Amino acid sequence: MQSPEQAPAADQPFALVGTFDTPAALVHACEALRDQGYEKFDAHTPFPVHGLDRAMGMKASKVAWITLGAGLMGGLGGFALQMWTQGVDYPQNISGKPFFAFQAYVPVTFEATILCAALGTFLGMWALNRLPELFHPVHQAKHFPKVSDDKFLVSIEASDQKFERRKTAELLAGLGAKDVEEVAP
Amino acid sequence: MSAAPERLVEDPSTRPPLVLGNTDFHDVTEKVAGIVESKAPKLWVLLLMMALSLALVLAGSILDLVGKGIGEWGLNHPVGWAWDITGFVFWIGIGHAGTLISAILFLFRQKWRTSINRAAEAMTIFAVVSALLYPTIHVGRLWFLYWFFPVPNQMGVWPNFRSPLLWDFVAVSTYGTVSALFWFTGLVPDLATLRDRATSKVKQVVYGVLALGWRGSQRHWQNYEKAYLLLAGLSTPLVLSVHTIVSFDFAVSVIPGWHTTIFPPYFVAGAIFSGFAMVQTLMILARKAFGLQNLLTERHMENMNKVMLGTGSLVGYAYGMEFFIAWYSGNPYEAFAFINRAFGPYAWAYWTMISCNVLFPQLFWFKKVRTSVAASFVLSIIVNIGMWFERFVIIVTSLHRDFLPSSWAYFTPTIVDVSTFVGTFGLFFTLFLLFLRYLPMIAMAEIKQVMPQASAHPAGHHAAHAAGEHGQGGSHAIA
Repeated sequence: MQSPEQAPAADQPFALVGTFDTPAALVHACEALRDQGYEKFDAHTPFPVHGLDRAMGMKASKVAWITLGAGLMGGLGGFALQMWTQGVDYPQNISGKPFFAFQAYVPVTFEATILCAALGTFLGMWALNRLPELFHPVHQAKHFPKVSDDKFLVSIEASDQKFERRKTAELLAGLGAKDVEEVAP
Repeated sequence: MSAAPERLVEDPSTRPPLVLGNTDFHDVTEKVAGIVESKAPKLWVLLLMMALSLALVLAGSILDLVGKGIGEWGLNHPVGWAWDITGFVFWIGIGHAGTLISAILFLFRQKWRTSINRAAEAMTIFAVVSALLYPTIHVGRLWFLYWFFPVPNQMGVWPNFRSPLLWDFVAVSTYGTVSALFWFTGLVPDLATLRDRATSKVKQVVYGVLALGWRGSQRHWQNYEKAYLLLAGLSTPLVLSVHTIVSFDFAVSVIPGWHTTIFPPYFVAGAIFSGFAMVQTLMILARKAFGLQNLLTERHMENMNKVMLGTGSLVGYAYGMEFFIAWYSGNPYEAFAFINRAFGPYAWAYWTMISCNVLFPQLFWFKKVRTSVAASFVLSIIVNIGMWFERFVIIVTSLHRDFLPSSWAYFTPTIVDVSTFVGTFGLFFTLFLLFLRYLPMIAMAEIKQVMPQASAHPAGHHAAHAAGEHGQGGSHAIA
């Protein structure tokens, strides 16, 4: 995670973590960090807090492109499968129905589109999030178990260009964070 | 909001809160995770034993069927489909309400759905499992089931993609898969809560692996929310397509009573109708058993009753329109099929269906009935019975008197028919009871999101942001 040019000290932490009690305080802190030029920081919340992505200066999610690609592949693949199996590879005369009866292939083409788009969305979303990742340094934070309950954490990674061990900790505390601590990599 | 101490208010501008009784985030976690963490209630153990016994009856019935063949069912010459397909359509229809609640109401920003969507989605998946059992076993020779799949087999023959039965198989298995993905996606943040609260090593490892290492990161939430929205958007046309395709099993044939264009919308309305009835039955029981009156309020029940009133009336309209078209088309076979349906040997089933699905739900016009727990419970069961009869009436009455009077017959179920159907309830309830115990039955992360405290912009602070593209935060959170 650490950029090579920074060559951190051996005891360099992975990140600084501070705790907030309310979504409003968290959003406020994230806006301040964004405005100070921090980039490698994250918020950890029990539920998605609206407006936080902009407070953190994040770009829009790319998941929808994966959905589109997977859906198109599924639809085209499903249609091609039916045309080829029914019309080319082994045509069977069943009740005199035409072999290239595209109308009859609509339901399965539709279902294949949805199936592939949904699988793509599901797998693509986890891949973009780099999950599963059963251990992450932030898991060690003292208040981390409360993140999935009612606490709001901010973590600032030591690899951020603006990161300065003491100054960043003071900034975080100044923004109202409680129990500012360092987590080991 | 302060002017609304009662749980139901007429004025739509002051909607009653979704979460009652000064609940904060931690209370929600305690309440929902507490159900999973506390000792199993005696009632739950008893119910699980009963459900498991019924599931064993199902296992026995299937073994009997596979061992001896589908002659074990009461099928006869014109009636080649009866309780098996009735059971299939019944269960798949029940599943649809779960998707409606979790996906369609999500897209319409109906925030009241958050309390019930998790359990409704679970119901969908278990109903699809019960439904898929029927096409699986009614092929008779289970070992040839792979003929359904487009795999090149030793004969080089492919499945017939021009057959509605194959469309149906593809639609239902897609539906099961997508519902499971959607459900699991929604579960991950709540599984992380259970992981973080785990008191034993086993729980920590199991919930930990299932939670995928979720750390509530905003950079994850952003992709997660987008994916959730997309899955909801994909599930919505999917759920409509599934029951449309189920209705094609009938509508694409040339049997009078089946061959009608009204079937797709009529089946979809019936599916939502029956599914909401099942959600209502289950939720009233769970609310009572686990003391969730603050999270599952009378408002939820009233909303579901309104949906039942609407879809039940649509179904009633379809019953009437079928008769009208049978007369208006001038087709004597069509006319015979419908007169026979209402006044023939199965008149008892037809009028059971009419009273359960069309007459009784009209009671929901009365607010007293809509908001009464007892009345909602009884009516939801009546609707479930009625919707089973609807499928039975459509399937069996259309078949039992075919074009040649010499081949007319009356269908009577055998013990195996009955035990298979009763057994699917065992399977369904076993899975549902296990879900109630081991997974969070209410979506905690979503509930917290609709609580007033979740607003990042309280009382005018940062008002400019609240009006931005994510303008649904703030004071609108509970509307």
